[in-house]
Amino acid sequence: MATRLRHHIVHMLARAGSGHPGGSLSAVEFVTALYFGGFLRYDPKRPDWRDRDRFIMSKGHGVPVQYAALAEAGFFPVEELDTLRAIDSRLQGHPVYGTAPGIEASTGSLGQGLSIGLGIALAGRLDRKDFQVYVLLGDGECQEGQVWEAAMAAGHHRPDNLVAIVDYNKFQLDGAVEEIMSIEPLAAKWEAMGWAVREIDGHDLVQVLDALEWATAATGPACIIGHTVKGKGVSFMEHENRYHGVAPSEEELTRALEELGVAAADRSIDADAAGAKEVQ
Amino acid sequence: MRDLFEGLELGKATRDAYGEALRDLGHEHQDIVVLDADLAKSTKSWTFGAEFPDRFFNVGIQEANMVGMAGGLAMAGKVPFISSFACFVILKGFDQLRMAVSYPNLNVKIAGSHQGISVGEDGTSQQAVEDVALACSLPNVVVVVPADEHETRAVVKAAYAHHGPVYIRTGRPSAPLVHDSEPEFVFGRAKRLREGTDLTIIANGLLVGAALVAHDRLAEEGIAARVVNMATVKPLDVAEVESAARETGAIVTAEEHLLHGGLGSVVAQAVVANHPVPMEFVGLDDTYAESGEPAALLRKYGLTAAEIVAAARRAIDRKGAVAPDRVVG
Ligand SMILES: Cc1ncc(C[n+]2csc(CCOP(=O)(O)OP(=O)(O)O)c2C)c(N)n1
Repeated sequence: MATRLRHHIVHMLARAGSGHPGGSLSAVEFVTALYFGGFLRYDPKRPDWRDRDRFIMSKGHGVPVQYAALAEAGFFPVEELDTLRAIDSRLQGHPVYGTAPGIEASTGSLGQGLSIGLGIALAGRLDRKDFQVYVLLGDGECQEGQVWEAAMAAGHHRPDNLVAIVDYNKFQLDGAVEEIMSIEPLAAKWEAMGWAVREIDGHDLVQVLDALEWATAATGPACIIGHTVKGKGVSFMEHENRYHGVAPSEEELTRALEELGVAAADRSIDADAAGAKEVQ
Repeated sequence: MRDLFEGLELGKATRDAYGEALRDLGHEHQDIVVLDADLAKSTKSWTFGAEFPDRFFNVGIQEANMVGMAGGLAMAGKVPFISSFACFVILKGFDQLRMAVSYPNLNVKIAGSHQGISVGEDGTSQQAVEDVALACSLPNVVVVVPADEHETRAVVKAAYAHHGPVYIRTGRPSAPLVHDSEPEFVFGRAKRLREGTDLTIIANGLLVGAALVAHDRLAEEGIAARVVNMATVKPLDVAEVESAARETGAIVTAEEHLLHGGLGSVVAQAVVANHPVPMEFVGLDDTYAESGEPAALLRKYGLTAAEIVAAARRAIDRKGAVAPDRVVG
């Protein structure tokens, strides 16, 4: 499934002619585990089901990986992925609440998703619902002050249904995070805010599944810091920050798909390959 | 994009001209420091940063902090030019702009790139459509929306020469050339690009090109439109607005911004206060846009020469309707 998502990402971005491959590809294992590893409870036929778990893509430019997962999970047809970023499409360049089914918040202005996630988590606690809220953040995004305001507030209110995941791919838009504005010591910062923290290899699915299980069971807010590689899975995009915000050309798409081992023409989906854990 | 501006040559994007002008100024003035919030390669402040790394701070993704830092730098005698996308630097840094820049009237230059909906495919979260209204609401701040690369260069120099806060709004796509060369530029003084007697089109930014196209189409219908480039929204060139009202009797404004609080609102205020005439407004009508190819978005949301022409006809019709009443009254 991770490979399928990567396939969709490069394909839809090449069709769109613009967008952000690097930060979508680095988050693939997290998104795969959440949607297809038994963590997110969802019903694609009822995207507004009140008891569903929520996934918020706080680093909104990484939304292609979420669109890919939502399509595979049956929220909308896989063919619709090719309308990404086109006029009149439900698949906006950055997530927009109320457009594509399964999108839980409008993001794209970095730094805001964790506050929204905290609000939803606190509402769930008030209503005695047992849903979980997962928020995916970028490492560059963690430079925004609001992230730490939300972290402090969550550390104070201690919802046990809130999980933050940091896609620590070491790059932001203008270059390396460490050179532009270091966020280290990152784990210590989250801990200081009252969060339980685990650091893992964000591309090792076993570690990802394990960490998600730990975080979901945690009795307060939990943060998973996933060490990742920007552009993971497409050799010429890995560690190459040029692909932060540049879509692959047709020729690059062909190369990428070859590497991913999926023929460009074959976009058919066999339903059970998705293996989604659907509830109801 | 090209077919939206028939007959006009496309120049550089105004953000490119911003970066180049800033670099050139950097050679002349050692007190200039430049800040960006992880968009230096998009806002083009990196053109300066590459040449003067010691006077360039990429603060990461923290717009509010950047604005506050700029206030501090200005207090200590530097001339900070700070940039990000217009939506982020103005909207995320708004209270900091109020407290650390506008209220203390400090010498900070704010450059917001990626104006309006011509940002395109990235969609609404990256498209600034409220920034001019917000910037104009801040006392002491000069607000300027240059139309092309030549004007942008002149604006950057004028911003340095002016002591006080200035907001410069630039755009992502290639902008149609409305000046042949770098014009003389004074804040608060509009530029009449075409003479006309039947109505006046007042525009800024990308819409100046559209206004020139509209002028030519209206001329084919026998309508003589005056075209005014109102790059400075604040302080407004009230005298130019008043003579447009008096001499042409109808006004159409055109801007890549929400109608509420932008160029149209500001001009309307001046018209009503000085010489009321029929006005029509081209801009975003209380709506956000979406993702899409820039030209397609400008068409869908009504920011082209065609809408200016239609608005001009409406304004002229109303002018005819208004005149007899006046006589009776
Ligand atoms: C508030 C805000 N400022 C700036 C941007 C422009 N921007 C888009 S992506 C990006 C870099 C994000 O870096 P990171 O969070 O590390 O994401 P990743 O490297 O995983 O793509 C920036 C600065 C934005 N979207 N929002």
